[in-house]
Amino acid sequence: MGEAITFWVLAVVSVTAALGMVFSRRAVYSALMLAVVMLSLAVLYAVQDAPFLAVVQVIVYTGAVLMLFLFVLMLVGVDSSDSLVETIKGQRFYAAIAGLGFAALLGLAIGNVALGAPKGLAEVTKAGNVPAVAELIFTRYVFAFEVASALLITAALAAMVLAHRERLRAKPTQKDLSRDRFLTDNPAGLPGPGTYARHNAIDMPALLPDGSVSPLSVSPVIARHESGAVVRPTDPEMVKSYVAAARERDAEEESMSLTREAEAETPGGEKEEK
Amino acid sequence: MTTHYLVLSALLFTIGGIGVLVRRNAIVVFMSVELMLNSCNLAFVAFSRMHGNLDGQLMAFFVMVVAAAEVVVGLAIIVTIFRTRRSASVDDANLLKY
Repeated sequence: MGEAITFWVLAVVSVTAALGMVFSRRAVYSALMLAVVMLSLAVLYAVQDAPFLAVVQVIVYTGAVLMLFLFVLMLVGVDSSDSLVETIKGQRFYAAIAGLGFAALLGLAIGNVALGAPKGLAEVTKAGNVPAVAELIFTRYVFAFEVASALLITAALAAMVLAHRERLRAKPTQKDLSRDRFLTDNPAGLPGPGTYARHNAIDMPALLPDGSVSPLSVSPVIARHESGAVVRPTDPEMVKSYVAAARERDAEEESMSLTREAEAETPGGEKEEK
Repeated sequence: MTTHYLVLSALLFTIGGIGVLVRRNAIVVFMSVELMLNSCNLAFVAFSRMHGNLDGQLMAFFVMVVAAAEVVVGLAIIVTIFRTRRSASVDDANLLKY
C-alpha cells in the first residue's frame, strides 16, 4: 500500500517534470526539471529494494551530471533560449505523432505481456544490498567493471583534450589591462548595482549624483526583463535613461571616436619610445 | 506492480524521445537523452525485482557509469562547438553536410 502511494505520487511528479523539461523554453528550467525527475527516480529505486542504486543516482546523476550540465549552461550563456521558428516544416507535428505512436506501441506491448508478481530480492540480498551487489561486481562482472574504469579514464582525458584551448597570444599583463581600461569610456570601472538605491538587490540600478538611473550598473543578464532574447527593462526610469543614453551616444559618437583615436595613439607612442 | 513501473518507464522514455526530436538547443537535447537513459534504468530495476536477482541492478549501475562518461565527452564537444560558432543550437553545426 505504501509503495503504491509512493509510486503514484512520484509518477505524477516525474512525468509532469519531464514534460516541463521538454517544453520549458529556458535551458536552466529544463535542468532543474531534470533534477526533479532524477530525484523522484532515486526514491523509486529505493522503494524497489535498490538502496545502492538510489544513492548512486542522487550522487552521480543529481550531484555530478546535473551540476556539469548547469556549469556548461552558465558557460554557454543562460539566456540562450530556443528560437520558435521551425527549420524543418512540420517537424513538431511529426515529432508529436512519432512520440504518441511510440508510446502507444510500448503501452500495447507492455499490456500484452503477463508479468508475474515480483519475487523480491530478499533471498539474494541476505547479507544486505550493497554486499550482494559488490559480490556480483567483483566476481561475474569484474571484466565489465575494469572496462568501465578504462572508459571513465578515457572520457576524462577526452574531455580535457576537447576543452583545452591553445593560448594564441600572450596573457595580458596588468599593464595591458589597465591601458585597455583607460581607453574605454569608464576608466574607473562600471558603477556597482544599487549603490545609492533604495534596495540592495543586485538587479537594482544605481542612482547617479543628479538622481537619474545608471543603466550601466546592471548586467543585462540579470536586469528585470521579460523572458526572451531581447532585454527590455520594465522599470520606467530605466527605460527613460536607456533612451537618453542612446541619444547621447549618437550625438557624441563622432567626437568620441576622434578622442579615442587620439588616446589610442598616445600610449602606443610611449611604448615605442621606451 | 512491475507493469506500473514499466508504463512509467515507457512514458518517460517517450517524453525524452520527443525532447530529442523537438528541441534544438544541444544541451536540452542532451538532457532528453539522459532522461531516456534514466527511464531504461527504472525498467532494469523493476525487472531485477520481478526476477529476484541482482543482474538488472548491476546493468543499471553500468548504464550510469557509461552515461557519466558520455555526458563528460558530449558536454566537452558542445563547449567546443560553442566556442567556434557562438551558438549551442544543433541547426548551426551543419558544416559536415556540404
